[in-house]
Amino acid sequence: MAKIPGLLKGLGVTLGTMVETVTKGANTVQYPHEKETPPIRARGVIALHEGNCTSCMLCARSCPDWCIYIEGHKELAPPRRAGGKPRQVNKLDRFDIDYALCMYCGICVEVCPFDALFWSPEYEYSEPRIADLLHDKSKLGEWMETVPEAPELEAGAEKKGKK
Amino acid sequence: MLALLASLPYWAQTLLRLLGGITAVLLPAGTIVYVFLFKMMSFMQSRLGPMEAGPFGSMQLFAEVGKWLQKEDLYPERADRFIFKIAPLVVLSSTFLLVAVVPFGPDAWFTNFEAGVFYALAVSSVSVLGILIAGWSSANKYSLLGGLRAAGQLIAYELPMVLAVIGVVIQAGSMNLQQIVVAQNAGSIFGWDGLGNPYILTQFLVFLIFMIAVQAELTQTPFDMPIAESELVSGYMTEYSGFRFLIFFIGEFATAGVFALIASVLFLGGWGVPFAWFGWTDVNSIDNWMNIVGPLIMFTKMMVLVFLIMWVRFSYPRFREDQLQRFAWKVLIPLSLGNILLTSVLKVAF
Repeated sequence: MAKIPGLLKGLGVTLGTMVETVTKGANTVQYPHEKETPPIRARGVIALHEGNCTSCMLCARSCPDWCIYIEGHKELAPPRRAGGKPRQVNKLDRFDIDYALCMYCGICVEVCPFDALFWSPEYEYSEPRIADLLHDKSKLGEWMETVPEAPELEAGAEKKGKK
Repeated sequence: MLALLASLPYWAQTLLRLLGGITAVLLPAGTIVYVFLFKMMSFMQSRLGPMEAGPFGSMQLFAEVGKWLQKEDLYPERADRFIFKIAPLVVLSSTFLLVAVVPFGPDAWFTNFEAGVFYALAVSSVSVLGILIAGWSSANKYSLLGGLRAAGQLIAYELPMVLAVIGVVIQAGSMNLQQIVVAQNAGSIFGWDGLGNPYILTQFLVFLIFMIAVQAELTQTPFDMPIAESELVSGYMTEYSGFRFLIFFIGEFATAGVFALIASVLFLGGWGVPFAWFGWTDVNSIDNWMNIVGPLIMFTKMMVLVFLIMWVRFSYPRFREDQLQRFAWKVLIPLSLGNILLTSVLKVAF
């Protein structure tokens, strides 16, 4: 008997939500027709800035799912100053991320010491074939266009890296 | 109307009755699923529900039925195959048997059965049998547990339902559902006949007990221990797929509709309007158009009652098994027994 006010209140909540949905509209959006903008720092897809990558393998080694595949070879580049010794650089042959395995932890982005990996908020890249979820170097490079400007640092935060 | 029907050959009458029965079962079931299960539940959860198939998703049910019909007719290797296959049909057949006794108008009935209430309550428990054999023959421990829970629950809530309805039967003085409708609409409240005398006013307690028992009989949510998807997968329906699952699904919502129809007959005056409005005195003096309007009135009342059932379903969490049994045996049955006593005393007194 003592539970009856609570039971009636519960019925009131559901009825109130129903009236609110009918009169003011639902909390949800009808996805393919209208889209919500992802929040800042949304983890949609990882983009590769190929020029910054030194194929150091840190990302591949830190990946918990082993979903990053890197192959590279060493090349000689012209010296920085005239008369110097030719430089040895790592040339990136293959950089694949298998999004069928990726768990979006973002450790690779964190661990990259050369700012070659970025989060992009794009999320519409599902494929009918699972093999197509393996994004290669050029496709990861295309995602770079969708990477937003880095959001403002919080007050008091210190900017790392080059001044 | 009746004369027209009687002039038809027997096979045509049977065909008409069959079509009428199928309409009376499938039309409410489809409407209930779309209006309440798809739309009302979504609105109560602040979402829109299906919107793509047809205007406002109204063709969604056809898409779902089409999907189920395409599926393979699977059965477990160790299932008792014959029993496994007929179980959903047993459940659905109890719905069809139940609708046979519901009057939809002064002449629009399938059978005008003297012991209608008795028949309806007896036939509604056939579905327990279907559920029990479905759970047993699946050769699956979840199904078996679900089937046993269902049997325990349905038998426990059958009793308060039967005992509660006795109150209405005593007041109406008849077990014939048609007579109960007439008694309500021809009745008067202390001489004022503007509203008839719907038994929801005099037997409100019975109405509450009946609706709670219906909720449990349909295994709708506060009483969905037999299905309990978080612990029993889907209870006795776990092993069913394709059109056999579809039959269970139709059976669940068609039975909700038919029970609501019976509740509207018992408590809300059924197909009738208060006879005083049009100067009718008994069932023979009613105008013929009531045979068309009556089913619509019934349908409206059914929708209101199913709204109550579904509203409760979407609002409350599940009862535990012991709470559920205690509620039936220690609260509902004593209350309905007391109501029988009170109604009998008042019936003799007035």
